[in-house]
Amino acid sequence: MALMELASLEKSLGFKKANKYSTQGNNKTPILQSNKGAPLIGLVTIASHLVQEAAQPELLGRTAEQRAVVRQWLEYRVTQLDGCPKEDIRSILKELNQYLEDKVYLAGSDFTLADILLYYGVHHIMADLSVQEKEQHMNLSRWFDHIQHYPGIRQHLPLVVVLRNRLYTGGHH
Amino acid sequence: MKLFVSDGNPHCLKVLAVAELTGVKCDICHASDDERLVPFLSHPVRPVLLLPCGQHLFKANPICLYFLEVSGRDVCDLTSQWLEWEAAELQVYLTFHCVPAFDVHLFLVDKLQCVARWFEQVNALPVCQTVAQRVQQQKSLESLKRFLQKQPLPPARCRNAPLCNRAEEDAEREMTDEEIQAAGATWSRGLADRPTPAERRHPILPQEGKRNVLITSALPYVNNVPHLGNIIGCVLSADVFARYGRLRGWNALFVCGTDEYGTATENKAREEGLSPQEICDKYHAVHASIYKWFQIDFDHFGRTTTEKQTEIAQDIFWRLYDRGFLIPDTVDQLHCENCQRFLADRFVEGICPNCRYPEARGDQCDKCGRLINAVELKDPQCKVCKRTPVVRSSAHLFLDLPKLESQLEQWLEQSMSTGNWTSNARHITRSWLRDGLKPRCITRDLRWGTPVPHPDFSGKVFYVWFDAPIGYLSITASYTDEWEKWWKNPEKVELYNFMAKDNVPFHSVVFPCSLLGAQDNYTLVSNLIATEYLNYEDTKFSKSRGVGVFGDMAKDTDIPSDVWRFYLLYLRPEGQDSAFSWADMALKNNSELLNNLGNFINRAGMFASKFFEGRVPQMELQQEDKRLLAQVGFELRQYIQLLDRVRIRDALKCILNISRHGNQYIQVNEPWKKIKGGDEDRLRAGTVTGVSVNVACLLSAMLRPYMPAVSATIREQLCAPANCADAMFQGAGSFVCTLPAGHRIGTISPLFQKLEAEQIESLKRRFGGQQVSARRFSFLGGLPTSANPERAKQLLQEVAEQGDRVRALKAQKAEKTLITAEVAKLLQLKKQLAAAEGKNPEPSPQKGKKK
Repeated sequence: MALMELASLEKSLGFKKANKYSTQGNNKTPILQSNKGAPLIGLVTIASHLVQEAAQPELLGRTAEQRAVVRQWLEYRVTQLDGCPKEDIRSILKELNQYLEDKVYLAGSDFTLADILLYYGVHHIMADLSVQEKEQHMNLSRWFDHIQHYPGIRQHLPLVVVLRNRLYTGGHH
Repeated sequence: MKLFVSDGNPHCLKVLAVAELTGVKCDICHASDDERLVPFLSHPVRPVLLLPCGQHLFKANPICLYFLEVSGRDVCDLTSQWLEWEAAELQVYLTFHCVPAFDVHLFLVDKLQCVARWFEQVNALPVCQTVAQRVQQQKSLESLKRFLQKQPLPPARCRNAPLCNRAEEDAEREMTDEEIQAAGATWSRGLADRPTPAERRHPILPQEGKRNVLITSALPYVNNVPHLGNIIGCVLSADVFARYGRLRGWNALFVCGTDEYGTATENKAREEGLSPQEICDKYHAVHASIYKWFQIDFDHFGRTTTEKQTEIAQDIFWRLYDRGFLIPDTVDQLHCENCQRFLADRFVEGICPNCRYPEARGDQCDKCGRLINAVELKDPQCKVCKRTPVVRSSAHLFLDLPKLESQLEQWLEQSMSTGNWTSNARHITRSWLRDGLKPRCITRDLRWGTPVPHPDFSGKVFYVWFDAPIGYLSITASYTDEWEKWWKNPEKVELYNFMAKDNVPFHSVVFPCSLLGAQDNYTLVSNLIATEYLNYEDTKFSKSRGVGVFGDMAKDTDIPSDVWRFYLLYLRPEGQDSAFSWADMALKNNSELLNNLGNFINRAGMFASKFFEGRVPQMELQQEDKRLLAQVGFELRQYIQLLDRVRIRDALKCILNISRHGNQYIQVNEPWKKIKGGDEDRLRAGTVTGVSVNVACLLSAMLRPYMPAVSATIREQLCAPANCADAMFQGAGSFVCTLPAGHRIGTISPLFQKLEAEQIESLKRRFGGQQVSARRFSFLGGLPTSANPERAKQLLQEVAEQGDRVRALKAQKAEKTLITAEVAKLLQLKKQLAAAEGKNPEPSPQKGKKK
C-alpha cells in the first residue's frame, strides 16, 4: 500500500514525525495535506517532495540526465509495475533484469529514490518467485538483495531470501 | 541527442511540443513502430530519447521534464504532480477506454467547460499547432487508431493476484511428436517380466559379465569428529554413487574406514590418559555411529590398525625395496629436547620461508600452500611446549618418485583419458607433475604406526601418506580373504576414489607410484572424484571455536537425516567452494522438498486415495499425457547420464524438474474439479491421477540414492513393487507404467515438515561459535581470557606427572573407580593448563589430512 511505503520512506529519510496521509479514488492515490497550501497528490510526487524536505536532493539524481532517468523509473513503477496483470510480470522481470546487467543501481552508480520505490513495488513479486525464477533473473535478484540490505530501506517489508547457491544452471552468464 | 518519434503517437506530440517550446537541440528521427530501439524493453516504444551519455529515456514525461531542465527552466512540484496524474490516470483512461475522438470533444465542450476552454487555449499556442501538423501529416486518424490498437491491455489493478504462470519456462525443451509417441509406447511396456533384484550377499566379489565397481571414500582421520564438509566431500558422495550403482545392476563394493595411525592420535592418547589403541576404539565408534545416522551404506567400514594392514604395507615396502625404488638418506629433523621426541610436521609452527606467513606448519604452509620441510621454517616452535627445537639427523627411507615418473605418466595418460576424473583432480595432478617429482620420505620417528620391517630402520614407522591409502586394501582384506580379486585385477575392476581436493596428489601420484613400483598387478584408480571445500556461513568449520555443525550434532537438530543429505548434496562443492547456510537450508527444504517434491507426491497419492478408493484408476492417455511422459522420460535419461558421470548435484536437479512438471500437470488438468463432472471428465481425472501416481513411483526410485528413507516411505505408501527401480534404470533409462490400473496403494501421509524461521534462527545461534557448546566446556565456565605463563609452566609439570600416574595405575590394573577419578583430575588439569596458556583446550587440526 502506498501509505505504508510513504511511512517507511519517511523513516528511511530520517523524519522524526510521521506525516498524515489520506487517499482518493479507486486506486487509493495518496494525498499529503501540506500547510503551505495545495495538497500533494500521487506517490511519486509526494515521495519526491519528502526527499526534498529531508535535504537529500541527490536521491532524485545528481545531473539533469540522472534526474530524467530517476523520473522515468518512478513513472515505470507507477504505470507499469503497479497492478500489472499476471501475463506481464514475466516481461517486466526480464526488462529489469536486462537493464540491470551493467548497473549497480537504476540510475547507474548512484543510489536514488528510484531504487527505493522500485524495490517496494517489486517486493511482492520477488517474494513469490521460485528458486529457479530468481536464478533466471540474476541481475534483478542481485540488485534486489542489495537494496533490501541497504541501511534503513527495508523497514516494513520482510526479507526475501535471495539465494547463495545455485541449483539450476544455464540461462545466465 | 536523438529523438525517435513515430506517426499517430500522442506521446510524441507531447515531446515534440516541449522540444519546440524549449528550443533544445536534438536530431528528430522518424522510426517505424516495429523497430526496437531500447535494448532491454520487451516491446518497441516511442518516443525514445537517446542521451549523449548513451542512456535511453523511454517515457514521454521524463523526456519533457529533461528538456525543460536542460533549457534552464524550473520544474515545480505541481508540474510533476500533473504529469504523474497524466501518466497514471489520464493516459490509461484515454487509451484503454477507446472513446471515439469526437465523443470526447463533445463531452468536454458540454460538461467540462473549463477544461474545454483550457484545451482551446493550449491548442491555439503556436508551438502546438506546428507540432501537431508535423506529427499528424496526412493519415492522422489512421495512425492514431493503429497506435491505440497496439497498446497493451488495461492493467487489472490486482495487486495480490497469484503470480507468474509457471507453465511457460523459457528454458523448457519442446517435445517433438516422435518423442511423445515413443514415450507412450515405452510406458505401455510396463514392468514386463523383470525379476526382483536379489538381496545383497556378502562378501561381494567381482563377477564375470558384470560391471565390477570398487568404490572408496577417503579414510576419515579417527581423531577428528567429521564436520559437514568432510561428510559431503567423501562418504556421502560415495554413498550416493554406490546406491545408484547397485540400482543400475552394477556389482559394487563400497569400503571405507578410519585412518588411525599418526601423531595426532598419539597426542590425544597422552592427553586423555589412554593408550592409542583405546583412543582409536573410542573414536572409531563415534565415526561409525555418525555415518550410520547419515545412512551411509558401507559394505564394510573398517580401520587401519589391523594385522592385515601391517602385512600388506610391509609386503609393498619390501617389493619396492627389492626393486630399488627406495633410497636411504639422513634427514635433519626438529627434535624437541623438552618433550623428548622428534616433532611431527604438524607440531612445529614457524614463519614460512616462502611467503613469511607466521603460522606456517611443518609440512605445508596454510597460506601459500607450498610443501616445505619443517627444518626450513624460520623461528620454529614446538607447538606443545613452545620451546625452540634443535635439529638432529635421523636415517630415513625415501620413495624414488622421479624413477617412477615415466611409468606414472603413462598410466595417468591412460586413466585420465578413459576414466572420470573431476577437473580439479586433473589440474592438481598436472601441476604436481609440472613442478617435478621429488623423492618423498616414507618413514617417521614415531611409535604409533605400522613398523618399518627393515632392521636398519627399526623403531620407525611408515609415514601416513604412504601407509593410509594401503588402508583401502587392508580394510578390504578384513572384509574378505579374497581381497586380491578386487585389488589385483585392473582388467576387470573399475576403481572410484572419492575425496576432497587436498587429498588428490596422494591418490593420483604418491600411492599409484607405490603400487606401480611394487609391480604386483595392482588395481589403480580409474575415476578420481574430488570436491572443493564446504564453508560454514562465510567462514570455516572449527571445532575448537565451536563454529559449524559437526556430524555428532546433526542429529540433535531434530532435522531428519534425509533432509541433511538432500541439502548437503544440493550444496556439493563440485566446481567451486560452496557455503552451508541455515537460512538457505530452510529455504530449500520449504520450497523444493515441501512445496515442490512433497506437494506433488502427496497430491497424487491423496487423489487416488480419496477419489478412487485407494486404487490406481483407469488411464486413457491423450496427447498431453504422453507429452508429460516424454518430458519425464527425458529427465530420467538425463539423470542416468549425469549420475553415470558422477555429476551428483546436477542429477538432483532432474528429480526436482520432474516433480515440477508433475505439479504443473496436475494444476492444469484440475482433477479435483473433473472428478465431479460427467463420465468423460471423470476418466480424465482418473488418467491424470494414475499417471501422477506412476510419476511419484519413479521419483521414489530416483530419490533412492539421495534420500533412502524418504524413498522407502514413498514406496511403502504406494505399495510399489520391488523391481521398479531396476526396471526403469536399465540401459539409458525408460519411464514405464509400474503401477497399473487397479493397483492398490497404502495410506498416504506428508513426507516433509516445514522448517520454521524461529527454529532456524535458534540453530544458527547455537552453532555460530559465540556461545561455546555447553556440553564440551561445561567445566570451564566460560571461555578463557588471559594467559598466565608462570601458572602454565607449573601446570605443565603437574599434567605430565598426573599423566604418568594414570598410566601407572592402568598398567597395574588398579580399581576402576580409582582410575576414573585420576583421569578426571588429569583432564581438569589440562583444561586449566589451556586456560593458563590463553587458548582453547583443543588445538584440533583443520580439515584434511595434515600430519
